[in-house]
Amino acid sequence: MSAVAPTPGRPPVAATHERRAISLFRGAIVRRALIDSVLKLDPRVQIRNPVMFVVEIGAVITTATWLIQVFGGKPLGGGHEPAWYTFVIALWLWLTVIFANLAEAFAEGRGRAQADTLRTMRRETVATLKDGTTKRASELERGDVVVVQAGELIPGDGTVIEGIATVDESAITGESAPVIRESGGDRSAVTGGTRVTSDRIVVEITQEPGRSFLDRMIALVEGAARRKTPNEIALNILLAALTLIFMIVIATLRPFGLFAGTAISETTLIALLVALIPTTIGALLSAIGIAGMDRLVRRNVLALSGRAVEASGDVDVLLLDKTGTITIGNRLASEFIPMPGVAESELAEVAQLSSLADETPEGRSIVVLAKQYGLREHDMTSLQARFVPFTAQTRMSGVDLDRRQLRKGAGDAIVSFVAAEGGQPPSELQPVLDRIGSEGGTPLAVARDSQVLGVIYLKDTIKEGMRERFDQLRAMGIKTIMITGDNKLTAAKIAQESGVDDFLSEATPEAKLELIRAQQQDGRLVAMTGDGTNDAPALAQADVGVAMNTGTQAAREAGNMVDLDSNPTKLIEIVEVGKQLLITRGALTTFSIANDVAKYFAILPAIFVTTWAVSPHGKSPLHVLNIMGLGSPKSAIVSAIIFNALVIPLLIPLSLRGVRYRPIGASALLRRNLLIYGLGGIIAPFIGIKLIDLIVHNLLGA
Amino acid sequence: MTVTGWLTIVLFAAILTALALPLGVYMARVYTGERTFLSPVFAGPERFLYKLLRVDPAHQQDWKAYARSVVLFSLVGWLLLYAILRTQHAFWVPHLLNPMGFHSGTWDVSFNTTSSFMTNTNWQYYSGEVTMSYFSQMLGLTVQNWLSAGVGIAVAVALVRGIVGRSGHSIGNFWQDIVRTVLYVLSPIAVIGALILASQGVIQNFSHYLTAHTLTGLTQEIAMGPVASQEAIKLLGTNGGGFFNTNSAHPFENPTQFTNLVEMLLVLLIPAALIFMYGRMTGRRRQGYAIYATVMMMFLGAAAVAYIAEAHGSPAQHVAGLHTHVIAGSGGGNMEGKEQRFGIAGSALFDVVTTVTSCGAVNSAIESYTGIGGAVPMANLSASEVIFGGVGTGLYSILLYVLLAVFIGGLMVGRTPEWLGKKIEAREVKLAGLGILITPLAALFCTAMATATKAGTASISQAAAGTPQGFSETFYAYLSQANNNGSAFAGYTGYIAPKAGNIGAHGIKFANILGGFDMMLARYAPILFALAVAGALAGKRVSPAGLGTMRTDNPTFVVLLIGVIVIVGALTFFPALLLGPIVQGLTGHLY
Repeated sequence: MSAVAPTPGRPPVAATHERRAISLFRGAIVRRALIDSVLKLDPRVQIRNPVMFVVEIGAVITTATWLIQVFGGKPLGGGHEPAWYTFVIALWLWLTVIFANLAEAFAEGRGRAQADTLRTMRRETVATLKDGTTKRASELERGDVVVVQAGELIPGDGTVIEGIATVDESAITGESAPVIRESGGDRSAVTGGTRVTSDRIVVEITQEPGRSFLDRMIALVEGAARRKTPNEIALNILLAALTLIFMIVIATLRPFGLFAGTAISETTLIALLVALIPTTIGALLSAIGIAGMDRLVRRNVLALSGRAVEASGDVDVLLLDKTGTITIGNRLASEFIPMPGVAESELAEVAQLSSLADETPEGRSIVVLAKQYGLREHDMTSLQARFVPFTAQTRMSGVDLDRRQLRKGAGDAIVSFVAAEGGQPPSELQPVLDRIGSEGGTPLAVARDSQVLGVIYLKDTIKEGMRERFDQLRAMGIKTIMITGDNKLTAAKIAQESGVDDFLSEATPEAKLELIRAQQQDGRLVAMTGDGTNDAPALAQADVGVAMNTGTQAAREAGNMVDLDSNPTKLIEIVEVGKQLLITRGALTTFSIANDVAKYFAILPAIFVTTWAVSPHGKSPLHVLNIMGLGSPKSAIVSAIIFNALVIPLLIPLSLRGVRYRPIGASALLRRNLLIYGLGGIIAPFIGIKLIDLIVHNLLGA
Repeated sequence: MTVTGWLTIVLFAAILTALALPLGVYMARVYTGERTFLSPVFAGPERFLYKLLRVDPAHQQDWKAYARSVVLFSLVGWLLLYAILRTQHAFWVPHLLNPMGFHSGTWDVSFNTTSSFMTNTNWQYYSGEVTMSYFSQMLGLTVQNWLSAGVGIAVAVALVRGIVGRSGHSIGNFWQDIVRTVLYVLSPIAVIGALILASQGVIQNFSHYLTAHTLTGLTQEIAMGPVASQEAIKLLGTNGGGFFNTNSAHPFENPTQFTNLVEMLLVLLIPAALIFMYGRMTGRRRQGYAIYATVMMMFLGAAAVAYIAEAHGSPAQHVAGLHTHVIAGSGGGNMEGKEQRFGIAGSALFDVVTTVTSCGAVNSAIESYTGIGGAVPMANLSASEVIFGGVGTGLYSILLYVLLAVFIGGLMVGRTPEWLGKKIEAREVKLAGLGILITPLAALFCTAMATATKAGTASISQAAAGTPQGFSETFYAYLSQANNNGSAFAGYTGYIAPKAGNIGAHGIKFANILGGFDMMLARYAPILFALAVAGALAGKRVSPAGLGTMRTDNPTFVVLLIGVIVIVGALTFFPALLLGPIVQGLTGHLY
């Protein structure tokens, strides 16, 4: 063992195994969505969405009006519109509601397809308890202890309490290489539904029946566990308020019209109301939320609540563990620094000999570096060396060879070792140790009996592309803080090299928790990743805590998200998904409200086509407001309603995909989205309504 | 149009800004309890008033306590004013203060007038010089001119405190705010304003009305009164209730072009200064400037449209062959209903100044404006007092719109929306949404009631019955009352007085009562919502701004804010505007 505290091996920065987006147009999804969109017309479903509920009521009233007209009655509320007009409006109002349902059904359908894949893994297995009895997996209680042999499925979520085994977790992570799970330490958590591929482990079940990881995941992607998130609730209130305002506008329009001698039919008033209320965003709102969750699942992240996803968009501070996140988990030997009077090759040889039995990555890296000095590998057994392992007390390791004691270890440990042997460390030693420390490296002193030969320079290797990632985060307005157990000098050096904004050195779990609290006190939202049991309090305290799937059960329960890939830089993607979710809602709200301008100009001149006309059969002075030159009043109103309805399915792909987030700073982002969805939202319907009018009026003769 | 006309508008904006900036700084000091150069003068009277009112100014109120104080204060004021108006002819009113021996009007007119002056509306169904005693004018109406203005400012200050507040629930002390407003803000400016006006010929006396013998041998009664003292606060407090029926068109209220300029400045001074005060108190001056830029742009836009429309004349005038060009000795344009001494620009600008705010004073006849020119004041009113707005009401109204703009814009940058570091959540959106909803609700609902019923259409002037003008009159009346503005498309009446002194008079109960409730609903509901927003924000944690935080002090935000005001607010009145002034503006036909 090396003198450096061992770190559990972690996968290198893994390319995210992104699950493929499930195509919207898979036959099964389309069929199910079409059926659902009709079933969702149930008013008990619609009432949850005030905007669409108003549209549905409008559809019912216009349908009733049409039936009255068919049986020879007059249109409700006056006017002389023919029955076909009422029918067309009623039809498109129904379609508006159905399109909205379709959006939600598509989003749910896609999630359901994900869930179906997951469900196939939840096969019914029989668990063998430790006492030899068997129990159905679905009946396992928290605290049951089961034995799992090679080739068997693990019956439920739990912690390995005995043994070590390789486990194939591809079913939930998509990663085909089996992983090692062992009792104790930070790799003890196992997930139900994964398969043990070698050896035998004893697992203590930590889940309640029906509340397994897989169960929760299925419920989440299906939308069954979906609750409205805080921002969604606030937006819904805004949409309801806007709907209310326009209902006042429409309700008062009839007496205004009558004063001007213009009777406006119920159908036309309802058409205007539906055109003005924010149906576009109202129709797509829940689909956006479901799709956001789906996007996370596709990135192999399991959020335990929608609230956590939304909060991740608000993150101000990101805490990252140095080891495994910013640097490659292990330090590697990069240089031998001999003391005066010692040849570099001599130092290299002793360093190599002392590391021969050291199977840690650090130890192996010393052997590899020594090879460059032309030293062939020695064989422990042929040398008849006795291995002296690393202990926390001695803080060094080495070999006894031909009665000589070769040791390597922390500077002060070697100094006291040499002193005990009756030697004295050279005065040059301390400056070298300090220099390496200040450069962010770890010095290992090497001694032979009473003589200090030199120092091995172990270096932290920063992962590639970290600086770019931190720059990107900075552009998003997120501050990164590196957490490390290293001393201040080392931490500062690595922080500077990697481009992280700040660091916490000599971190203890308490210091970590304190840092999070302090940031939160200042009003910042904190996100962190963690895997160890000692991370659990900090994960629970953080606003967004992402637990690594390889971590302990305690960590997985403390966080509010689990990353199945165990990739600590995944947080960046999580933040992007959170932001995208809000941006998509905001953009479509803006688009929806901006659309109103054109709709006013389409419908009002059509309603007041003869109002205050100067001559008995002339046109109203208001006809000049028909700036789109729409063919006829009926065509104008029908075109506006068709546009209003069609825009929903046209925007379904956007709302499922999400508006792209660009880390260009809030001001530039706002300007961009205002231009596209605000200005675009004002212009688009002018063009759209005109085009539809060309068809409705010029081709169909309305 | 003339160069002088345009210069008038631009210079006015410049002078206003130059005066409002230091006043804003001063007001921020007043409301944060810092010492000002007037403290030596007012500290004594301030302490005396606290003793008199038996309030402890150090006691901090939460929003509910603050709201209770506002309501209580207004209720007592309402009852007092109503009592004064009902007892004009009572034995205890000294002859000096009722030299013409005016009786009280009908109860419904008193109800409307009381509600009107309580709510800073100053809608007047009566003509001051033939119905109101000096006692009613001074101790009734003028007192409310001060106090209703004070209430508005206090509520705005409380909202700003809620926005700034770091912890707890306190948003200040209403009694302290109103005392300070009256002493430190209103009184010095009102005194200076009154003196300037008096020096220019605005009268201030308790004289019996004079009788003049005209050149043609007729006699004419000249109304007198303590005008200057009421005139200054009428404008400064954005009240607008004229001493005389013709309001600021009357030479005793507004004698010269210079007083016209002073009056316009008085109207906008405090609303403009409050925006700068907001910037100071929140420590985000740039955001104050951004909001100022927003309203200034909308104001200048309105002034330009009104000026162009009036200088151009209406299509009907062109059809009739009336000359509307600038020629020697005539400024051209539509001079009907305007005073020669103010001209087109001086009238159009005054009109815009008093309709963007809730002032409602007039120096020309709005009903005689061209269609489009007349649509401008209505559009201003449609913006629900956010373009400067009334004293205090303007600030809290636009802040509710800022809140909505922050919410929509904040989502678009991908964060939970934050306003000065405070998260905007469901409760704030709900309260702001309701606050914004009230004005359209009150205005449109009352207009609908009035146009759809016989009782309502009875108020329309005979000539305008059944025409777009009649609709404009009605819509304007309820829109004006819902905005607590008080200006009118004259012709819409609620009071018929065959003789001076209220003898034999009768009111149109429908118009008086509907209007009274219109004003009170549109005044107090938004006040309560604004205070509730203050309470909701007061206790919120402040997050520091970063790169990912949406900025609320740059041009992009100004554009967003204007968009929200126009599309969410003003456009709700678009159908009504079409049926009134826009129809008239688009045709040469006279209905």
